[in-house]
Amino acid sequence: MYEFDWSSIPGALPFLWQGMTVTLELTATAVVVGIVWGTLLAMMRLSAMPLLAWFAAGYVNLFRSIPLLMVLLWFFLIVPRLLESLLGFPPGSDMRLTSAMVGFALFESAYYAEIIRAGIQSVPQGQVAAAYALGMSYGQAMRLVVLPQAFRNMVPLLLTQAIILFQDTSLVYVSALADFFGAAYKVGDRDGRLVELLLFAGAVYFVMCYAASLLVKRLSRKGTAA
Amino acid sequence: MISIRNVGKHYGSFQVLADCSTEVNKGEVIVVCGPSGSGKSTLIKCVNGLEPFQQGEIVVNGVSVGAPKTDLPKLRAHVGMVFQHFELFPHMSIMANLTLAQEKVLGRPHEEARAKGPALLDRVGLRAQAAKYPGELSGGQQQRVAIARALAMDPICMLFDEPTSALDPEMINEVLDVMVELAREGMTMMCVTHEMGFARQVAHRVVFMDHGRIVEDAPTEAFFGAPRSERAQQFLAKILHH
Repeated sequence: MYEFDWSSIPGALPFLWQGMTVTLELTATAVVVGIVWGTLLAMMRLSAMPLLAWFAAGYVNLFRSIPLLMVLLWFFLIVPRLLESLLGFPPGSDMRLTSAMVGFALFESAYYAEIIRAGIQSVPQGQVAAAYALGMSYGQAMRLVVLPQAFRNMVPLLLTQAIILFQDTSLVYVSALADFFGAAYKVGDRDGRLVELLLFAGAVYFVMCYAASLLVKRLSRKGTAA
Repeated sequence: MISIRNVGKHYGSFQVLADCSTEVNKGEVIVVCGPSGSGKSTLIKCVNGLEPFQQGEIVVNGVSVGAPKTDLPKLRAHVGMVFQHFELFPHMSIMANLTLAQEKVLGRPHEEARAKGPALLDRVGLRAQAAKYPGELSGGQQQRVAIARALAMDPICMLFDEPTSALDPEMINEVLDVMVELAREGMTMMCVTHEMGFARQVAHRVVFMDHGRIVEDAPTEAFFGAPRSERAQQFLAKILHH
């Protein structure tokens, strides 16, 4: 019978917390960049200009058809080289966090673009006509009339996607970057208590994600009631 | 003020508008009517360039709407439009609906834009509603706010696209009253509507459309007294029967 021994966790808490900050940093960057770049992609995809629509559709379909793990690996291999040669970083500097951020952000943008496209399309066409009739430009109509309504409809979906993203950040373990999961793994490996540490990490992920999804549920109920 | 010359429009092989010509002079009120699918809404949306057209020319206040170099936003800023489904911005208060385009399009300072609000709302009888949101108002009230929103831009003419078609019967009059008032003040108006009472009361001319063509374009008296075309006679017989 396996004997659980949780004693290595309390001492490792500061290190685990450091990992959590990396995880949160990754999530936040990917969400913010993903929403901004995703909004631009969605607008391109809905644009009347075939070249833009084609580019956005290609981008979205490409990233949605490749496993996230592979995208991350590519970015670990490519981005450091690129930054070294473009920005003159010294070779061998630790670029794993930056690479992971870029990889996640570009990947998540594809998913956010699709959510936001649906959100934009949920705003009645008449709203755009009314904005134009008042003399607004395309940009003003989007920024002042369409997107505020679209985002209001999309908040639950965007948050749900952020929760998924939060879990997906654990994939950075392929680069041995110490995110929360990576940190837990390292501690468990060092102390020979892998089972305990991974159970603990799983519990933390569960509590955070479940709490967040309850919050989303409440928000969306409020949204439909209003 | 508005000059429509031989305008034609088609979706693929389907002809929506064919050879439409009419004039709206300054201070005139024109009612456009006809059976559904006759192209009247499409025609009025061509006037401010919301719908593109392939043939002919529309000139509004000296500006050719269809010309590729025309600054459409600039033109639309001074051509008011009221829609069938109101299209107030639901995420903004009534006051914000009135001030948004004044500030963002005309560049008026916030205080100046706001200052116009109470008088505009007074004009449509809704002064007390400034802080509410569109969803809290009835259809008739929303449509009156939509008229006020268009008037806030100091338009040179107003386009109405079936402004009472989506309203409950008991709310139609409150909107028509505002429109009658506006007509009496001398606003240039082009109204797509089935409200023949309104047409009789304030319209200078009635334009009757069918299958994308202007079948009849006559002074109001003449149109109701003795429409020349058989199609207009049939239409009037049906719509005035009840």
